[in-house]
Amino acid sequence: MPVTQPLRRRRGILGALALIAIAVGLYWGLIVAPPDAYQGEVQRIMYLHLPSILAAYLSYFLVFIGSCMYLWKRERRDDILAHSAAEIGVLFTALTIIEGSIWGRPTWGVWWAWDARLTLTAILLLIYTGYLMLRSLIDDENRASSAAAVLGIIGFLDIPLIHMSVYWWRTLHQPPSILQPNKAPWENIAWPLLIPLLINIVAFLLLLFYLLSLRYRLGEMRDEIRMHRLEHSL
Amino acid sequence: MDLLNQTLLLLWKDLLLELRRRESLLTMFFFGTLLLFVFHFSFDFAPDKVAEMAPALLWLAFLFTGTLGLTQLFQVERENHCLDALLLSPLDRGALFLAKTFFNLLLMLLVELVVMPLFWILFNLQGWNLLPQLFLVTLLGTVGFCVLGTMMSAVTLRARARELLLPLVLFPLMIPVILATIRCMETIMRAGDLGDAWSWLRLLLGFDVIFVTVGILIFDRVIED
Repeated sequence: MPVTQPLRRRRGILGALALIAIAVGLYWGLIVAPPDAYQGEVQRIMYLHLPSILAAYLSYFLVFIGSCMYLWKRERRDDILAHSAAEIGVLFTALTIIEGSIWGRPTWGVWWAWDARLTLTAILLLIYTGYLMLRSLIDDENRASSAAAVLGIIGFLDIPLIHMSVYWWRTLHQPPSILQPNKAPWENIAWPLLIPLLINIVAFLLLLFYLLSLRYRLGEMRDEIRMHRLEHSL
Repeated sequence: MDLLNQTLLLLWKDLLLELRRRESLLTMFFFGTLLLFVFHFSFDFAPDKVAEMAPALLWLAFLFTGTLGLTQLFQVERENHCLDALLLSPLDRGALFLAKTFFNLLLMLLVELVVMPLFWILFNLQGWNLLPQLFLVTLLGTVGFCVLGTMMSAVTLRARARELLLPLVLFPLMIPVILATIRCMETIMRAGDLGDAWSWLRLLLGFDVIFVTVGILIFDRVIED
């Protein structure tokens, strides 16, 4: 079926919104907001770091939902959703690790430390790269989809367990800056720093959904091509 | 107890095949022993250091041996379209999952039962009386390994380069099991009992229970058609 014009336009608007939000967020975070009292200018990387890991977690959650739905109903769209979200999740996870390294070098003095949250993020990257690899190594499309769906479910269910184990194993990362159990989020961060952070979170979520819609459309188009080939060969 | 009967039936089939072919068990056993030698040559141990490293080395040996077994797990089913025949029969696929898990568990436990004392002998370790406790922890860890290992070897069954892919998808998922087992064993070797490692053991138990349940629930979706 041909792409309907309004859908394409809506995607364009989403992309434009993401672009504007990122521009505003970067401007606010890098120029308007004051430097952190303790960490100085380096802290500004938080405006990208936190939003990208949030986007990654949301992507993995979407992989989980898509995988469950696919195993249950066997609808192509759920599988395309899971596949798209996994690719985008890997992208955001890799970004998070790179940003974290850049921040860790001046703050901790090392590019990499075996701290709990760093390790967890690296393991997530490994699990979901494995997921993408599994997909690409199975030739039969339907089998690839159900195999990947199983890994999408198990991988997500494993995250809390991995989280617990690496936390008990080692904790060196500074405690969460904003989400702390005994204080409300807005008491831990000054307003001038919170505003750009929130703008960037919104910006990254917009970016996530924009990329997702593009990638989803790509998956649909691949399916269409496969259908056409099938019809031709009959 | 239909599920249990079917599981036992399938398990019996696999055991009989293994008994007649003697492929997996022997290769796994020799590989495990070989690893102990390789470890000994690679690290120049001071006697007091060995006890500290023992849990990690042992688990590495089990992990690699187990992976070797897993790559062979569905080999008999792949030959002569046996898997299709199994799927055509009115068996519960959950039973197939349980049988394969138990079979792999049995192989690994047999190997561990020999390799662990061998490790103690080769590395001149003290504290033989701790072996039963250590073996109990290993048992729980091995259950976790076999459950996810069976799932993943079914998932990679039709993939190209499946033997390479299997550890790639399996090992990151196994991190809680690896950490929990090694910490528990370390505590036992240091203090003589589990002591403050109880929370690790609970984590291990939780892992086993969660993934056995998930496995039974979704295994029929994994191996369809």
